Amino acid sequence: MSRWWKIVPPLVALALWELLAGLGWLGKTPTPVQAVRGIYELIATGLPPGYHLQGHLLASLARVFTGFAVAFVIAVPLGIAMGAWPLASVIVDPLVEAIRPIPPLAWAPLALIWFGLGLASSAFIVFLGAFFPILLNTVSGVKSVDPHLVEAARTLGARKRTILARVLVPGSMPSIITGMRIGMGIAWMTLIAAELIGVKNGYGLGYMIMTARDLARYDLLVAGMVVIGVVGFLIDWLIRLGEKRLLRWR
Amino acid sequence: MAMKTTGRALSLRGLSKTFIEKKTGRELEVLDSINLEIEPGSLTCLVGPSGCGKTTLLRLIGGLEMPTAGEVLFEGVPVTGPGPERGVVFQEYALFPWRTVLKNVSFGLDIVGMPGGEARRKAEGYLQTVGLTGHEDLYPRELSGGMKQRVAIARTLAVEPRILLMDEPFASLDAQTRNGMQEFLVEVWQRTGTTVVFVTHSVDEAVFLGGDIIGLSKRPARVVDTFTNSMKYPRGRTEPEFIALRALILEYLTREMSDT
Repeated sequence: MSRWWKIVPPLVALALWELLAGLGWLGKTPTPVQAVRGIYELIATGLPPGYHLQGHLLASLARVFTGFAVAFVIAVPLGIAMGAWPLASVIVDPLVEAIRPIPPLAWAPLALIWFGLGLASSAFIVFLGAFFPILLNTVSGVKSVDPHLVEAARTLGARKRTILARVLVPGSMPSIITGMRIGMGIAWMTLIAAELIGVKNGYGLGYMIMTARDLARYDLLVAGMVVIGVVGFLIDWLIRLGEKRLLRWR
Repeated sequence: MAMKTTGRALSLRGLSKTFIEKKTGRELEVLDSINLEIEPGSLTCLVGPSGCGKTTLLRLIGGLEMPTAGEVLFEGVPVTGPGPERGVVFQEYALFPWRTVLKNVSFGLDIVGMPGGEARRKAEGYLQTVGLTGHEDLYPRELSGGMKQRVAIARTLAVEPRILLMDEPFASLDAQTRNGMQEFLVEVWQRTGTTVVFVTHSVDEAVFLGGDIIGLSKRPARVVDTFTNSMKYPRGRTEPEFIALRALILEYLTREMSDT
């Protein structure tokens, strides 16, 4: 039974790609089979040789999780404060709205000046990518908590702090997790883009595919893209898994 | 003067409420100098045309709104905000969806720092009172409307309020469940001896439940009439006395609604 047919369209696309690339109709684009072989080469030999895929992956993950963790730790409490107290919103909103439209990558030169080339710099750019989705979703989550629940809590004897901790925070959890998912997606994309510009230690998935481009190794380039996509998907899957366990009540 | 208040559970003195619409700045007069005395242990129903301000009146007693003029005295003390001694049961149930049935009932106990085991035992006791033993670990979304309202009632009872304020709590239930819940409420009221103020727009419900039935006018609400129902519980809906009183109240309601 199940939904086996869901895998048909991707398989057809892959087959088509294999066929067209194999016939040489797509220029230097490698075939899927070559890309998969490329992944093996990235693991076994590395790119440049000695710089293995595991190292690139670990470096990228360290950057993305550092930046994301900082964003989460600041955005969630701030968002809750902004959702719960109109005054906090009035103060912070203009600042947020002024900074939010600036692409995180535009901060790269400044980040280099402030933090130098290294983990802190890329984590800062990731932070900027993850921060706003988490913040805005947290704010709207707090604001969308049913006012009846707050009133019910008050009639049961709850004071402000209790209402915050026992009603507003759990009530906005679904929204916060949505913000985390969006924030992580943007953080991952931002990081890879940031690594295209340059890294200090020679490790990073973005840096790796730039190396592939410089060497005209298009099979390795596509292999790197596939890895980036799969890892991004797995991270999102992990968050969704956590969401399911945490929000069983939904 | 003090003598007069000590015996009352609740005194409403010249209670008026006017809302100001935010957009237009227009004033909306909802309550017009309501005077009312409610005895401890009584079950009083407030009836009136829909939209007349019954809910606002209850919210003022609950301390969820502040009066424009006059005052609410609970056991002789002016009400300045909500408090666990005045339990409110909402029409919308207002259960915490992320808490299980048991955790909803123990909410008021948890927040005052009652040890987990004790809170659990107490909550289980109240769940038994409302007939929901065995449903402790379900989440609100898994319950029917009637069950949700039972949980809400248990949650309110658990903090041992001295008055129970109920705002059309059975309005969104189907007729059969509703009758069952009315019988259940009478049982709980008789067992706990709590004072109950019950807002409803259903005359049948008011006659089934109320010792005193307060008839309000259409907006702005004033007290028009007080009907006393001395029938014994459980009341039969087909008894002549029941039907006669219902007719009397319906007559007042029709008069209220047609008056322009």
